[in-house]
This record gives sequence, structure tokens and C-alpha cells, in this order.
Amino acid sequence: MIASVLSGDREKYHDLIRPYEQSVYRMALSFMKSESDAEDVAQEAFLNAFRNLAAFRGQAKFSTWLISITLNEARGRLRRQSLVRMESLDETPEEGGRVSPALLRDWREVPSEALERKEIREMLRQAIDGLAPIYREVVLLRDVEELSVEETATALTISVASVKTRLHRARIMLQKVLAPQLRTANPKRRWFQWS
Amino acid sequence: MVIECKHVWDHISGYLDDSLPPETRELVQRHLEHCEICSAILDSTRNILVLTADDRVFELPVGFSERLHARLDREIAGASRDPGKDSAD
Repeated sequence: MIASVLSGDREKYHDLIRPYEQSVYRMALSFMKSESDAEDVAQEAFLNAFRNLAAFRGQAKFSTWLISITLNEARGRLRRQSLVRMESLDETPEEGGRVSPALLRDWREVPSEALERKEIREMLRQAIDGLAPIYREVVLLRDVEELSVEETATALTISVASVKTRLHRARIMLQKVLAPQLRTANPKRRWFQWS
Repeated sequence: MVIECKHVWDHISGYLDDSLPPETRELVQRHLEHCEICSAILDSTRNILVLTADDRVFELPVGFSERLHARLDREIAGASRDPGKDSAD
């Protein structure tokens, strides 16, 4: 399909990108704090990908390439807008000390039906938003987009070892924040009685 | 050999990804069998990652696709009028 677009059938670009709309928007939203900014970033990313499609050589998957463009667009816009949070986008705090999880004696499974509740979705979004960018990126790529460790490393242009270190810390940080909140939100009664 | 809880925590991510060396995985597995705290930490982390990956957490805004493709239409029309432009950036 990429070859078709490049050879002049540009309308095919619509079909090419449809499967990636949510992934690109999600990456953009993880950086931009408003939905409208995230939408702008996502649109720019898709436009940039179209303009530079000839540069895509297929070394990485198309999705990974698109994600890289989205990250660059989001980072560039944040720098231009001087909206970068207190921590630098380039710092590498993974050298820091050990991250400890929230300690629990048991865990009551929170079923995916719980996501029908707005406050649960909001809880998850806020926990991810609360991560420093270097951790947010790896969680989104590896655990949300389900890229492999190697693909995540390619998209972020970091080493596989860094991906693993950041991913571990990010997952434990999410557990530390979310486990107590979800535990409180997860009723003792069965879920179906609440819905 | 027995490992302490805090060492198990260092391997939670690798355990979930099934990327630990066999001997380390075996040690973690044996610890988990008798440690309810580490088992709960592992279960909660796995549960949280499953929830996080659900498409409902980050939904597309209403009209997102329509606006995106309308903008692409304008870009594509421009590129078609000036075929050299799309590779110029």
C-alpha cells in the first residue's frame, strides 16, 4: 500500500493510516494535556508521515515509524510552547534508586468491565499522565501499543536495556499509585451487582 | 537458594514479560508460591497493565477521524497539483 501511495495513488494513504489513528492519538495525548492539542499533534504527525513517506525504508514497522514521528512532533511542540513540565524530556532518571511497589496482602481482580465507569478510566489516565515522560513513553509503547521491547527501543532510539529498566520502574510506579486506588474503587460485592 | 521480597520486586517486570533467565524465574516462582504479599503485587501489576491497555482508557474524540481525513484530503489535493512538493520537506 505504501508503494501505491508513492507511485501516485495518494488516496490510498487514507486506508494506510486508518488502523493507526488511535495509537497516534494516544501517544499525542500522553504528551499534550488537552485533547485539542493532542488532535493537532496527531494530525501533524500523519501529515508529516505523508510528506516524508518516501523516506520510510521499511527498516522498522510502519506503526513504529509513525509513533516516532508523533513523539518528535509532540516533543517539538512542547518545547516551542515552553509547556514542558518541571522535569526535562531528556533526563534519564533511571539511574535513581529502587522503586518499591504498594504492599498488599491480597488482590481482588478488577475486571475490564470496570472501565465502563468513567472514574476508573480517569484514574488510569491520570496515573499514566503522572509518570515522567521517559516512563510514560515506554509504558504506552510496550504495554498499551504492545510493541516488542526491541520495537520500543527503535521507536524511542534508546537501548533495549534502557527500555527494560524504564519499563520495570514505570510498571512498579503505576502499581504503587493505582493498586491502592483501584482497591478502594473495587467493591467487596461482585461487579455485576453494581452495573 | 532463597531470595527476599525486595529482590523479587526487581524481577516483577521481567517475570510478566517472561524474559527472566530460567534459574531466576525458578527462584521467583518458588518465592511467589509462599509469599502472599509478592503474589498480590504481581497480580495487581498484571491486572493494572491489562486495564491500561484497554482501548476505552484513551478513546478518540468524536469527529477525530473525519477532521483528520478532511485535512489529509486538502494535503493530498495540494500534493497532486504539485507532485514535487510531497517529498520536499
